[in-house]
Amino acid sequence: MSEALIGALFVFVLASFAGFEVINKVPPTLHTPLMSGSNAISGISVIGALIVAGSDLNPNFSVILGLLSVICATINVVGGFLVTDRMLQMFKKKEA
Amino acid sequence: MLDYLPTGIQLTYLLAASLFMIGLKQMGSPATARKGNLLGAVGMLLAVVATLLDKQVLSYGLILVAIAIGSAIGSLIAYKVAMTDMPQMVGLLNGLGGLASSLVAVGEYWRIVSHGQAIATDVNISIIASILIGNITFTGSMVAFAKLQGIMSGAPIRFAYQQTINILLLVAFGVGSTLLIANPADLAGFIGINIISLLLGVLFVIPIGGGDMPVVISLLNSLSGVAAAAAGFVVMNNVLIIAGALVGASGLILTQIMCKAMNRKLGSVLFSGFGTASGTSVANADGASKNFHSIDPEECAMMLGYARSVVIVPGYGMAVAQAQHAVRELADMLERKGVEVKYAIHPVAGRMPGHMNVLLAEANVPYSQLYDMDDINSQFETTDVALVIGANDVVNPAARTDQASPIYGMPILEVDRAKNTIVIKRGMSTGFAGVDNELFYQDKTMMLFGGAKDMVGKLAAELKQL
Repeated sequence: MSEALIGALFVFVLASFAGFEVINKVPPTLHTPLMSGSNAISGISVIGALIVAGSDLNPNFSVILGLLSVICATINVVGGFLVTDRMLQMFKKKEA
Repeated sequence: MLDYLPTGIQLTYLLAASLFMIGLKQMGSPATARKGNLLGAVGMLLAVVATLLDKQVLSYGLILVAIAIGSAIGSLIAYKVAMTDMPQMVGLLNGLGGLASSLVAVGEYWRIVSHGQAIATDVNISIIASILIGNITFTGSMVAFAKLQGIMSGAPIRFAYQQTINILLLVAFGVGSTLLIANPADLAGFIGINIISLLLGVLFVIPIGGGDMPVVISLLNSLSGVAAAAAGFVVMNNVLIIAGALVGASGLILTQIMCKAMNRKLGSVLFSGFGTASGTSVANADGASKNFHSIDPEECAMMLGYARSVVIVPGYGMAVAQAQHAVRELADMLERKGVEVKYAIHPVAGRMPGHMNVLLAEANVPYSQLYDMDDINSQFETTDVALVIGANDVVNPAARTDQASPIYGMPILEVDRAKNTIVIKRGMSTGFAGVDNELFYQDKTMMLFGGAKDMVGKLAAELKQL
């Protein structure tokens, strides 16, 4: 395996452990917003999509796939963050 | 100045990854959750802007169009979706995330191959993994979406040799991958593994019943994170790997919580039916001769109105009937009469983790009135009336007492310990688990037959006249 892959594996495994620690104690009330919020974060593949979509000046097959990917990921990101905010707003509202 | 750009981009990615980490941390507490979500969004924006500045990105026009289209669709559905439909919404978004990840891998593969370059084995493995996870997440989520939306039946779909077919497909995927690693330009193999992984996603979710959807949605959520991380391996980008790993971990934690709340092993959710074998026989054994007490709304309103304490137990039936606003109005009236009202929330009430809390929040039920299972169970003994609305399996005492029951060992809300229990229900049918509910036949249990919204409305009307 290349050094780059090893490095990436280190990052992945350590970030997973960090994830378990960060999210371990969440009250049930927040389970749905946590899920849709983390779902929005998984739309981070938009970064990969942008790199592929921008890889050529001509709209060849790769670029088209990349653009499709950008659309899907952006729906995921924008929809996810907005709907999470909508939910959390409701939780806020009735505490006031 | 351009020399500093790559460093700047990488540092921005680091900042974005940190913001995701802090954001998720803050999502864990009601006081900071909204800010946490905002931090996550800011991190995402930073990462996108940094990527657009990257030298690798050559053209902008079409990309900006694609972002505009995605944002428009995303914001539209985010504002339109009803809170009862949140599980479908999350399922759909999971699926799109998975598709995006696998498209990144396919696009990258195509770019390298069409340039006539050799694909390093490392990269090839990453591409294959990303396609497998991304495609399974995509089609699996779409099936889950169709089941939750009612486009297809929520009942488990099973056929002969299902497991064998799955295993054969996995083996075929393994063979195709090996061939592809040996000869990366093998287009047929590449198309083959794509089709197989898409099929696997479908086959993975169709045998899972509607009641197990909270587990499946959580698991797909986790997978969508792992898919993003896999795409990160393909384009060798740390922010994808970190964010994907975080989401993968959080989804896995929620999956565990759901399995625990349903007393199910993840393996049995994925690979076996529920209530099909032993459940029906239990229901038939002694169901015929039992008596239950039915009650009318007037009597029921009197019991509630003159109680000192009432615990409302909402289930999915209440959500389906859209009765949450009516329930809240009823609770308000009771409170004005000096009755202490609490809500008992089972962890799997609803169709995804924490779903019931969101529905009640939408109906403006104060957060302080919602009680988790562990907090409320000790209070049932001193409760005058437990009002069960559209819940069944989660209040079945057989989970505590009957070792032969398929739900034995599942943590339940112990409403049978209350002084009186009123159950609003359409009829005497069994719940999702297909088991008869002992609670309905107890002396202190009253059955109020009818639709949740209708009956709650009638109760409120009767209560007014008290």
